[in-house]
Amino acid sequence: MIDTNRDGDRSGAPLLQVRGVRKAYRSGGGMLEVLRGVDFEVEPAGFVSVIGQSGSGKSTLLHLMGLLDAPDSGEVHLAGNRIDNLPSSRRDRLRNTDIGMVFQAYHLLPELSALENVLAPLLVRFSIAEWFRHKGEARRQAEALLDRFGLSGRLHHKPRQLSGGEMQRVAIARALVGQPRLLLADEPTGNLDEASGAGILDTLCELNHTDGLSIVLVTHDQSIARRADRIVRLVAGRVENA
Amino acid sequence: MYTLLLCWRYLRTRWIALASVISVTLGVATMIVVNAVMAGFAHEMQSRIHGILSDIVFESHSLSGFQDPQWHMEEILRAGGDDIEGMTPTVAVPAMLNFQVRGQWVTRQIMLIGIDETTHAQVSDFGRYLQHPENRRQLSFGLRDGGYDTIDSQTEDQQLATRPALEGAGWPHRRMRVERERAWRQRQAELQASEQAGGPSAGPVRPVDHQVDAVLAETSPAVATAAAPPGELPPTAEAHPPNAPLDPFRAAKPEEQGRVFDPSREQFTGIVPGIGLASFRDSAGIDRFLVLPGDDVKITFPTAGTPPKAVTDTYTIVDFYESKMSEYDSNFVFVPIEQIEKARGMIDPQTGLPSVNSIQIKLRPGANLETVRDRLRQAFPADMYAVSSWKDKQGPLLSAVDMEMAVLNILLFMIVAVAGFGILAIFFMIVVEKTRDIGILKSLGASSTGVAGIFLGYGLFLGLVGAGAGLALGLGITWNINRIRVLVEWCTGERVFDPSIYYFFRIPTIVDAWTVAWIIAGAVGIAVAASVLPALRAARLHPVEALRHD
Repeated sequence: MIDTNRDGDRSGAPLLQVRGVRKAYRSGGGMLEVLRGVDFEVEPAGFVSVIGQSGSGKSTLLHLMGLLDAPDSGEVHLAGNRIDNLPSSRRDRLRNTDIGMVFQAYHLLPELSALENVLAPLLVRFSIAEWFRHKGEARRQAEALLDRFGLSGRLHHKPRQLSGGEMQRVAIARALVGQPRLLLADEPTGNLDEASGAGILDTLCELNHTDGLSIVLVTHDQSIARRADRIVRLVAGRVENA
Repeated sequence: MYTLLLCWRYLRTRWIALASVISVTLGVATMIVVNAVMAGFAHEMQSRIHGILSDIVFESHSLSGFQDPQWHMEEILRAGGDDIEGMTPTVAVPAMLNFQVRGQWVTRQIMLIGIDETTHAQVSDFGRYLQHPENRRQLSFGLRDGGYDTIDSQTEDQQLATRPALEGAGWPHRRMRVERERAWRQRQAELQASEQAGGPSAGPVRPVDHQVDAVLAETSPAVATAAAPPGELPPTAEAHPPNAPLDPFRAAKPEEQGRVFDPSREQFTGIVPGIGLASFRDSAGIDRFLVLPGDDVKITFPTAGTPPKAVTDTYTIVDFYESKMSEYDSNFVFVPIEQIEKARGMIDPQTGLPSVNSIQIKLRPGANLETVRDRLRQAFPADMYAVSSWKDKQGPLLSAVDMEMAVLNILLFMIVAVAGFGILAIFFMIVVEKTRDIGILKSLGASSTGVAGIFLGYGLFLGLVGAGAGLALGLGITWNINRIRVLVEWCTGERVFDPSIYYFFRIPTIVDAWTVAWIIAGAVGIAVAASVLPALRAARLHPVEALRHD
């Protein structure tokens, strides 16, 4: 159940730890404090929902966990190591290898086909020479993921030729192809109809249960949040455990 | 790897960026064409100048020259050593050329150059510039019996007879002229006789034989001296005394006194004037001649010594010199060196040693021009002799051309720089358009340098595409420039390249690989430089804000 392949994991110790994180944005004339000391953790193979109103800071929290942004104060730890203060090259690397992200608006690259989009993290990871060494393996991996998500017939379609549900599944495949420890999902069903959204949630649950992938799901929808093992409620930049 | 893939994808999907490289393409093409044509002209001009001047010119400061060229040549050989391949003495003196066209005297200011018949062609391209094939092989100051080129021998492509007048030049022309004059004088004598007899002459005066006239009109469209219309004919002199004041053809040589000079079988000393002195080119590209080989002219020049006195002598044109440098072609007249030395009094009566103004030196191929020149400068006192290379002689002209080319290149490069700003603007647009993609790439772990690399690589690709297309276009235009010229002339009806101005029949071009390489490198460099700012902007985008961008 626990992703034991990963080094540095201590059984029972949290995979991701957020300690006293604060974040403020410049807004108009003053500062808008979005996060006011958030403490939060994700255990290995855990599935946590972060729920909150619009503007409660849940997306900001996700970005901090995904190293897309740095907190003003507080710390973020991954598998016991502090990661928020790493130099940017290490953070880029970590984002590529250990964290997968899925967004509400799918965020696929329009110039690339579904397969190429899934391969994108590996393209980013490898230099040209390494790419040609790993190309076959990477391709097999990507095709297997797309096949698993029922997209084997859509490998060479461009994003604009795919439906919303298909695009989000491509995005999930892309998030998984680098074999991350943690999947961060930001309203993954927000743009989808109910059936497609349910399919995506099923996929996430399955990944959590069978593959032991740790997932943080950010949503404003109670019913979606309930699919997770644990729900963290974010109110006015602070955590209220539900 | 993603850098390369995305560059390629952007290149294939963003046509607007390709539009921006059209300006690079045009700039590169223009630079290649202009440089090729300029280099062609410069080379043509240099080779002309070099063809006229020998490699090194050794000359005295004084118009009277220096004595004993033989001794000087031996000294030069000693100083120059193996590098010297040939030498020939020359005498140059400013002079005045007079000839008669349709009864009117034409005067030209000239440089009279005495040359050695046998050796002069060995030190420069002099021989190549003559109009008679035999003279091109070996110059002779004797008049040829026809056979002058009616086709410009220096244009290999255009087989058009642009000089029909030269068809009958030489002895045939001379004999015909003499014949006509004789007929005219006879007629005058008859008229005079009938006037003296008291009876008015019957009918209008028709001094010139119609048949001769017709023949002449056929052979020389630009009617030469003797084909003067009635009323403008040279004055008559039955038994022409020596030095008849107005008739150039009757001036018998002093040494031939005592016997009558027969111009139909004899000639005066031969001269080779520049073709520009004796002809002009009409708008159709046909050369019209005022005088032809076989005609006699007068030349007035100063004697050596102080003060110089003016001497006038009669000469017979035996050929024309055409270097295609109008400055020389309308200025130089070549005569045998012994003749001019004698006429100017440059031969020492006691020692019998001649004086010359200069010695033309040809170097062995590969010899260093400057080194040999400097060695000669050391060997001879500078206050008496000037030693200069052909480049020194035309230094201001050549450096002016070089500077022209440099300025033109700077201006044209600015066109490419302007194109660079076009790329800059379009790239900024693309970065804005691709902001979200940049955010996505960063969320996948792409580094800032990697993202910047996409746009730098994109700029490089565009630069290469633009410069490559420019190279193809530029070379295409350069290699077909004469065809394009003809097409433009046909379309507009205007002469784009008038051979009567340039003296070339085709636009000369030289494509220098290094120049082209520099142009391409510069254009690609500008495209990359123009993509630096947009690339930096892309690299600095905050991933969260980029992801939010719509």
